[in-house]
Amino acid sequence: MGAERASLVQVRHLKKYFPITRGAIIQRHVGDIKAVDDVSFDIYKGETLGLVGETGSGKTTVGRTMLRLYEPTEGEIIFDGTDLMALKGGELRHMRRRMQMIFQDPYASLNPRMTVGSIIAEPLEVHAVSQGKEKHRRMQELLRVVGLNPYFANRYPHEFSGGQRQRIGIARALALNPDLIICDEPISSLDVSIQAQVVNLLEDLQSQWGLTYLFIAHDLSMVRHISDRMAVMYLGKIMELTDRDEIYLNPLHPYTQALMSAVPVPDPLVEEKRQRIILEGDIPSPAHPPVGCNFSTRCPRAIDICSEVEPEFIEVKPGHFCACHLVERES
Amino acid sequence: MSDHQPNQSPNILLDLRNLTTRFYTEDGVVHAVNGISYTLEEGGRLGVVGESGCGKSVHALSIMRLIPSPPGRIEEGEVWFDGRDLLKVSNADMHHVRGAEIAMVFQDPMTSLNPVYTVGFQIMEALKLHQGMDDAQARERSGELLALVGIPEAFQRLDDYPHQFSGGMRQRAMIAMALSCNPKLLIADEPTTALDVTIQAQIVELVKRLQEKLGMAVMWITHDLGVVAGMARKINVMYAGYIVERGNVKDIYGRPRHPYTVGLMGSLPRLDAASGARLVSIPGMPPDLIDLPPGCPFAARCTYALDQCLEEMPPLEEVEGDNHIVACWRWKQVAEAHHGEGK
Repeated sequence: MGAERASLVQVRHLKKYFPITRGAIIQRHVGDIKAVDDVSFDIYKGETLGLVGETGSGKTTVGRTMLRLYEPTEGEIIFDGTDLMALKGGELRHMRRRMQMIFQDPYASLNPRMTVGSIIAEPLEVHAVSQGKEKHRRMQELLRVVGLNPYFANRYPHEFSGGQRQRIGIARALALNPDLIICDEPISSLDVSIQAQVVNLLEDLQSQWGLTYLFIAHDLSMVRHISDRMAVMYLGKIMELTDRDEIYLNPLHPYTQALMSAVPVPDPLVEEKRQRIILEGDIPSPAHPPVGCNFSTRCPRAIDICSEVEPEFIEVKPGHFCACHLVERES
Repeated sequence: MSDHQPNQSPNILLDLRNLTTRFYTEDGVVHAVNGISYTLEEGGRLGVVGESGCGKSVHALSIMRLIPSPPGRIEEGEVWFDGRDLLKVSNADMHHVRGAEIAMVFQDPMTSLNPVYTVGFQIMEALKLHQGMDDAQARERSGELLALVGIPEAFQRLDDYPHQFSGGMRQRAMIAMALSCNPKLLIADEPTTALDVTIQAQIVELVKRLQEKLGMAVMWITHDLGVVAGMARKINVMYAGYIVERGNVKDIYGRPRHPYTVGLMGSLPRLDAASGARLVSIPGMPPDLIDLPPGCPFAARCTYALDQCLEEMPPLEEVEGDNHIVACWRWKQVAEAHHGEGK
C-alpha cells in the first residue's frame, strides 16, 4: 500500500467484538456485537483520513480501539513502526502522548469542576512534560493557538459555548505535541456557522503543526471537505476507501453510491436534477449481521453470491479499495 | 367572513402578523420571537432555517399554542389560520385545530410516542377523537396510514410497541399519526435531525410524495440548508428571533442578500465542491436573547456593519419584487459584493 508515502499508522484486520451475555450472576456468553469486523487501512503522515458511516457502523469504535481505549479482539495496529498490541502499561502510556483524541460532546468531555487552565495543563502533568512556570506558559500558549484568550484560564467549562469548549478540547489534545489526533465527531453538536470555525481551526493547526488526523463523522459533505482520503464504513466493515475526489466522482460500492446520493446539496437547482438512490429498510443489527456481504440485505444490485460469500476488501485500482463482488468481477 | 378579517384571499392558509413570544425566566426575559410576519398559502412548502436559538421552533409552537406558560407568553400578534385568529379561539376549539387541522412532527420520535401503548393504539386515538370513528374503522384506517407511509406489513405492525420500531420507522409512524385527520398544514420540526442520512432521504421523499398526493401545506423547520433546498418553495431565514430574509428558494440560495444568509451558505461544505476551498466561517456567536442589542442582532458578527446597524433594527425591505424581502441596511452592498449587481 502506497510505498511512496510513509504510513504513520497501519491497521490490519482489526476486530472489536463486544460480548452479549445472559444471566445475572453467572453470565453466559451468548453472542457478539461485531462493532468492528476485520478492517485494514493506513493513515499516511500529514494526511487527514476521513471515516464516515451511519449510526452503528463502528466508526467510533475503530477510533477508540486504535488507541487501545478498547482492547481489540484481534488485529494489528502499527504506529510509526511500533506494534501497539505488544506494549504494556508505561510503554503504552508513553506512546499515547503521540496519539490524542477530540471527542464529540464538548459538554461531557470536560470536567466541570476543573478550570480550563487545569484541564489543558493536565496532560502536561500526567506525562511529567513540564512543571511550574513552564507549564503555565505552555497552557497559555495553547489557549492562544486555538483562538481563546489566555485570560480565560481561570474560568470553568460551563462559562463557555459549545464551540469554545470544543476549542478547549482541541487545546488539551495539542498539549503533548501529538503526531496523530483522532477527531471523533468533533463538530456534530455545533451550529453550522460554528462548525466552519472549528474546521478551519483544525485545518490551520494541521498545516502549522504537521498533524495527522483521523476524522470520524457522519456528515459526508464535511468529511469530504476536510479529508485527503475517505473510508466508508457499514456495519463494522470498510466498504470503500480512496481519495476524496475519486470517491465522489467515481464511487464503486453500491452503498457509497447510495450514501452520496442521499446527501442533500444546498442548491435547489442541483437538487431538482438529482436522482436519488433511496435505500429500503434499516441497518441490520450488528449482533446478527447478514451472511455474505453486510450490505446485501439493502443493496439494490445484489446478486446470489452476495448473500452467500463475504466479499474481500481489495485494491481494485491503485489507491482505490473496495469490498464488493460486483466491482471485483468488473475489474 | 366579515370585512376586517385579513386573510380573505382563498389561497392564504396561514397569516402571521407581528408574532412575539417571550420567556420570563429567573435570569431575565428571553426574547425568543420578535415580531415576525409572513404568509403561507394552501398547499405551500415553506422551509424555516436558522441555528439553535433563532426562534424557529418557538414560533411553530406559538402557532400551535403549545408554549409552556409560565414561563412563556405570546405577547403580541395574530395567527390567522383558515379564517380565524388562533390566538383568540377557545381552548376547546384549539384542541380541534391541533391534530385535525394543523399537525406537527417533532425531532425525536422516541419521546413523542408513548412507550406503553402500541403504535396502532396511538394512531387510532386521534382518529376516534377527531373523526368520531369506532374501533374497527379506526384500526382499518390506521393500517392504511402505516401502509401509506411505507411501513411493510403495516396491519401486523399496528400491535407493535414503539421500541420495536427503528428510528426511521418511528418517524414514519409519527407522520402517519400527523396525517391521520387530513390536516391542512403539517409542521415538521427537525424531523430528520436524529436520523441517518439514508433514512433522512427516505423521510424527505416520503413527505414530498405525500404533500403532492394529499395537497396539505408543509412547514419544514431545520438547521440544515441542504434538506430544504430540494423540498421547499419558499424559505424564511431566522436569526435571533427575527426573519432576516425571506424569498423563493432559488433566490435565497442563488442570490442571498442578507449577510447572515451569505455567511451560512459559506460555512456549509458542499458534497459537490472541488478540492481545497476553505470554508468562510462567520466570526463570533449569536447574541444572548436575554440581552439583545438595540440594532440589528447580526451586526456584531457582520463584516458590512455600520454605526446605523448597531443602533437601529432594519425593516424588512422588498428586493426587486417576487416577495424576496430582507432586513438589512446594506443589502445592496451585499448584493453587489456577492453577485455583482446594482452597479
